[in-house]
Amino acid sequence: MSQIAFLGAVELGLVFAFVAIGVYLAFRILDFPDLTVDGSFPLGAAVAAVLIIAGWNPWLATAIAMAAGALAGLVTATLNVKFRILNLLASILTMIALFSVNLRVMGKPNVALINQDTMLSPFYGLGLPEFYVRPLFVAVLVLIALLLVWRFLASDLGLAMRATGANPRMARAQGVKTSLHIYLGMALSNALVALGGSLFAQTNGFADVTSGVGTIVVGLAAVIIGETLFHSRLIIWALIGCVVGSVLYRIAIQLALSSDILGLKASDLNLVTAVLVACALILPRLRRGRATA
Amino acid sequence: MIELSNLSVIFGRGTPLEKQALSGLDLKIETGSFVTVIGSNGAGKSTMLGVLAGDVIPTSGRVAIGGRDVTRITTAERAKYVARVFQDPLTGSCGALTIQENLALAAARGSRRGFGLAIGNSRRDEFRSRVAELKLGLENRMNDRMDLLSGGQRQALSLVMATLARSEVLLLDEHTAALDPGMAEFVMELTQSLVEKHKLTTMMVTHSMRQALDYGTRTVMLHGGKVILDVVGESRKNLTIEDLIEMFRKARGGETLDDDALLVS
Ligand SMILES: Nc1ncnc2c1ncn2[C@@H]1O[C@H](COP(=O)(O)OP(=O)(O)O)[C@@H](O)[C@H]1O
Ligand SMILES: [Mg+2]
Repeated sequence: MSQIAFLGAVELGLVFAFVAIGVYLAFRILDFPDLTVDGSFPLGAAVAAVLIIAGWNPWLATAIAMAAGALAGLVTATLNVKFRILNLLASILTMIALFSVNLRVMGKPNVALINQDTMLSPFYGLGLPEFYVRPLFVAVLVLIALLLVWRFLASDLGLAMRATGANPRMARAQGVKTSLHIYLGMALSNALVALGGSLFAQTNGFADVTSGVGTIVVGLAAVIIGETLFHSRLIIWALIGCVVGSVLYRIAIQLALSSDILGLKASDLNLVTAVLVACALILPRLRRGRATA
Repeated sequence: MIELSNLSVIFGRGTPLEKQALSGLDLKIETGSFVTVIGSNGAGKSTMLGVLAGDVIPTSGRVAIGGRDVTRITTAERAKYVARVFQDPLTGSCGALTIQENLALAAARGSRRGFGLAIGNSRRDEFRSRVAELKLGLENRMNDRMDLLSGGQRQALSLVMATLARSEVLLLDEHTAALDPGMAEFVMELTQSLVEKHKLTTMMVTHSMRQALDYGTRTVMLHGGKVILDVVGESRKNLTIEDLIEMFRKARGGETLDDDALLVS
């Protein structure tokens, strides 16, 4: 693997670290299996791309993309909390709807961001090659997001959200409005995923409606790799695990694709990911099964 | 003052499984009293506590806490008046959170939760000293997850949690039933001392007539979703379990008490 390919993998891993943190919030903190992300990731990309092309400030465009993601999360939460639709099904409905929405937003399946001012543009002129600037820039944003999420989860509000996912009955008895926290958590989770989508569009120079397919599995893979690596109950390690897991996942994929022996094609990616996540889900269960047998 | 007026609860209304759990129950509890609640299985004890806590919305009737009508207020909103310990230690505390985090969660019951750190230094010390009072050595395990503890340890902590924030009533639903006898005894003594120390208005459901008479200031017996016995003051002081069984028989118009239904222990 060349240095540029390696840095490219790191960069993509960092972009998807936002997805991983979002997935961690939904799946692990709220115990809400949320597939909305397959729609909110390309939504973030689409909104940011369209606004940037329309001449908006890329930072503002990204903020609006995050708000759009939050809104998608709120739709799923509403379907679940207010209309009592099973969480998984509620998220699938939103995800499917978002495919149409994303096409409407972009007006066509693919939008190019060539020669547009992105969040990264000011940093390209500082003397470093672009393939260094991109991962560095995204890394700084990931670090900020990680610290903010960590601090939030350590607050009274964050603790209430964790209790909502872990033991809703106890949470309510302690005065926690659990539905409020599901709304809040789902909004936060999908805003982070949309931020990932927006950065994906800006680092790769395009937004594509199909770019969301499998986002959830990639995010979950990162979360699980992180958990396996750090094996800690502490939130901070789980969050660091999301980032490291996401980057390692991309490097592993890059290695697999560039090795001639395996003979894999880029189109095999989803299959490889699915097999990887399935193994990661099955292995701990097998180990536990043997322990209790 | 806690007032339950003409409360009726019908589960599964209009279905073949329709079940009337409370039928016109009336009960007034003075501030500062410690009421023990007994009654056979299915008498409606848990349902009554559920109505007070907000988990069960009554079909008709009224619930007032401290003069406020709370009949239609959600559990979460009512939690600022109501502290609870559940029968199952797994329900009342959060296994995925640490001891310290559980305490922080309970300490914020009834107040607005914001972005401030849940566990600051001053709170940390306060929690530690409260847990140290239990003399279970748990003050050295404040960062351990709750699910590493035994049921008795969790129940003892649940009691401490219930007293961290102020409340107008403490609800205990057979909170020692899931524990081994030694630990049950310990948790009962702890209950007694915390109730006295914090002057808590308390309702304790118990399956043991012994406990019902040994603890508290008043004993009520439910049957068929109604209060059929209510003893307090002098008449309660000299009451024996045998008296209680006799009174139950009379109140039911001669119906004898099923040994399985009411544990005579
Ligand atoms: N959620 C519910 N749905 C249907 N029936 C219920 C429900 N909860 C309690 N009941 C019924 O209501 C009656 C009273 O129950 P409960 O209050 O739990 O009794 P106790 O705590 O005195 O043993 C019982 O017959 C019980 O089966
Ligand atoms: Mg009961």
